[in-house]
Amino acid sequence: MLQDKDRIFTNLYGIHDWGLKGALARGNWDGTKGILEKGRDWIINEMKVSGLRGRGGAGFSTGLKWSFMPKQSDGRPHYLVVNADESEPGTCKDREIMRHDPHLLIEGCLIASFAMGAHAAYIYVRGEYVREREQLEAAVEQAYEAKLIGKDNVHGYPFDLYVHHGAGAYICGEETALLESLEGKKGMPRLKPPFPANMGLYGCPTTVNNVESIAVAPDILRRGAAWFAGIGRPNNVGTKLFGISGHVNTPCVVEDAMGTPFKELIERHGGGIRGGWDNLLAIIPGGASCPVIPADQCEDLIMDFDGTRAAKSSLGTAGILVMDKSTDIVRAIARISYFFKHESCGQCTPCREGTGWMWRVLNRMAEGRAQKREIDLLLEVTTQIEGHTICALGDAAAWPVQGLIRHFRHEIEKRIDQYAANPHSDPVHMPVAAE
Amino acid sequence: MSVRRLAAEQPASFAFTAENDAWADRQIAKYPEGRQASAVISLLWKAQEQCGGWLPEPAIRVVADRLGMPNIRVLEIATFYTMFNLEPVGRHFVQLCGTTPCMLRGANELKEVCQRKIGPERHVSADGALSWLEVECLGACANAPMVQINYDYFEDLSPEILEKILDDLAAGRPVKPGPQTGRQFSAPAGDLTSLTDPQIYEPRAAEAAVAAADEQPDLLQAGRPGAAVETPVDPVGIASAAQEKAVNGQHAGEKREEVARAAQESSPSVTGSKREAPKTGTGVRDPEA
Repeated sequence: MLQDKDRIFTNLYGIHDWGLKGALARGNWDGTKGILEKGRDWIINEMKVSGLRGRGGAGFSTGLKWSFMPKQSDGRPHYLVVNADESEPGTCKDREIMRHDPHLLIEGCLIASFAMGAHAAYIYVRGEYVREREQLEAAVEQAYEAKLIGKDNVHGYPFDLYVHHGAGAYICGEETALLESLEGKKGMPRLKPPFPANMGLYGCPTTVNNVESIAVAPDILRRGAAWFAGIGRPNNVGTKLFGISGHVNTPCVVEDAMGTPFKELIERHGGGIRGGWDNLLAIIPGGASCPVIPADQCEDLIMDFDGTRAAKSSLGTAGILVMDKSTDIVRAIARISYFFKHESCGQCTPCREGTGWMWRVLNRMAEGRAQKREIDLLLEVTTQIEGHTICALGDAAAWPVQGLIRHFRHEIEKRIDQYAANPHSDPVHMPVAAE
Repeated sequence: MSVRRLAAEQPASFAFTAENDAWADRQIAKYPEGRQASAVISLLWKAQEQCGGWLPEPAIRVVADRLGMPNIRVLEIATFYTMFNLEPVGRHFVQLCGTTPCMLRGANELKEVCQRKIGPERHVSADGALSWLEVECLGACANAPMVQINYDYFEDLSPEILEKILDDLAAGRPVKPGPQTGRQFSAPAGDLTSLTDPQIYEPRAAEAAVAAADEQPDLLQAGRPGAAVETPVDPVGIASAAQEKAVNGQHAGEKREEVARAAQESSPSVTGSKREAPKTGTGVRDPEA
């Protein structure tokens, strides 16, 4: 179990002062100047050695990502953009950082910007997080007043930090859609290449990072890469914020070591499954886009990138959604399908039409009003959406449905049998192509 | 996607108040010269706030003029982003999260409460106090089920609690946002399971540790996980990326970054430093530019 002294987010629950005074007492902004003095190359190398993998879901090495930025500016400014558009169902970790440990994020922005030669950074906060944004803006204001950031600051590196906000579009969590939105357009993902590291915000070199990836950077550099790399298993190192929601006794957000077994995490922090361990039906390990893992594979499940991949799912953002045996699993996944239908930006046909199609078919299957051959048809349609869209929303919409059919096909078949055994006189609803 | 249309009845005109106008200037100043379009969401948001929670069509035109953008560009922003309400809402606008994490913990029961207390979705109650809408995940899943009323989150709800909140709001009584069960934000209910060691909050202890570490570098490792001294064989995850590639056919991030690097090295034109900034500020990919 992770000891308290190894935790980075020491004000996760807002028990202590979130402001600058409290943050300084907890060791934020300690020796930042010394870190910057060690130079860009040292910071990037240290981040690589630490083994930190992006906390926004894809798990790409943060240090490597930073190293893709041009070493020398060609005259265009560089930008850091922090992705705080946290909207994946099951994920609620960045919110706690922004409202309770905002100075860790601000310090991380300064260090990351320095490492990438950026003198300006934008934090893109989701529109619904109004109070969180206000708190973050107040913290930025404090940092400006204390001359920790700004054109003329104590660290000797001119740096401006701006808080920007969206207006309720999940797709803006995709990095290029986020940049489009930040430029004042509809949040529709861009085709790549060119990649943001070449042509990002306003056509300038840009790196987009998740809030948690940026907020853990100062502590990694302060305590040393070896400290961070020593927690967890190889490839899957460090501490991680886990969100535990659904059918557990005490849902919560908690920081623990990567590679903590699922059972331990739930028993210790989540207060156990509602109705006991045997009442567990399935979990979604990392936000709605990850395929479900049935209970029999949860017994030995290790919560990290490789552990969840072994169970044919993904760690995602580590927002764990627990479902007990009272759950109507088909309806639960159908609701996720509705979410993706609602949030599709409409740019690519397979996603715009496919997400709605999957939702309508799943809705019928939840009642049993379907043919068994439609299960295979549905599976095939998911494969036609997956990988055929500009961004990963198509994939994200397909995976939960694939997971459902992989593990709970029998449940769908049972419903179809039950429906067929009890003939109804209600008319068959003919789905329309688009709505 | 969701279908979104402008309301049938629209006010004749709209103008920012002097205070909001000054605020808009400050927002525009956050972005580089010529990039004022970036402030479009903030300005529309302020206009919505000024109009009592919804965005009338004249406000869209005012924002477009203000930012030097074509009307249609701002109209498409207003219809794309779901937090812009295109029709009037109640003084207390309830957005009920109905996505799976909240659904599992009883969002459907909350929906019934809203239907009973307020009426059908999007319907403003007779006194103009309340209206409600089911929305997608609001990002407070550890405190499910929850609703957002105007700017505040009300978490850990039960039908009874929500009913009381709605009654209080309709009667003009004060309500307390946040978790409704006395919980400390997203901490587990009951005793804390982490962050219980008082030592981490004692600045003196931390300073002493740093001083000691300066004298004896070995102490840096004291109290840290045993494996800390051994850096993992593959800290950046190259092996697992390869494994991912084997499973998925390709590792999207890897492919993307590689192509990015190659493009950067081989083609200086891709970095396009000679490109002039567009005059309208609607950005480089504007088809009209």
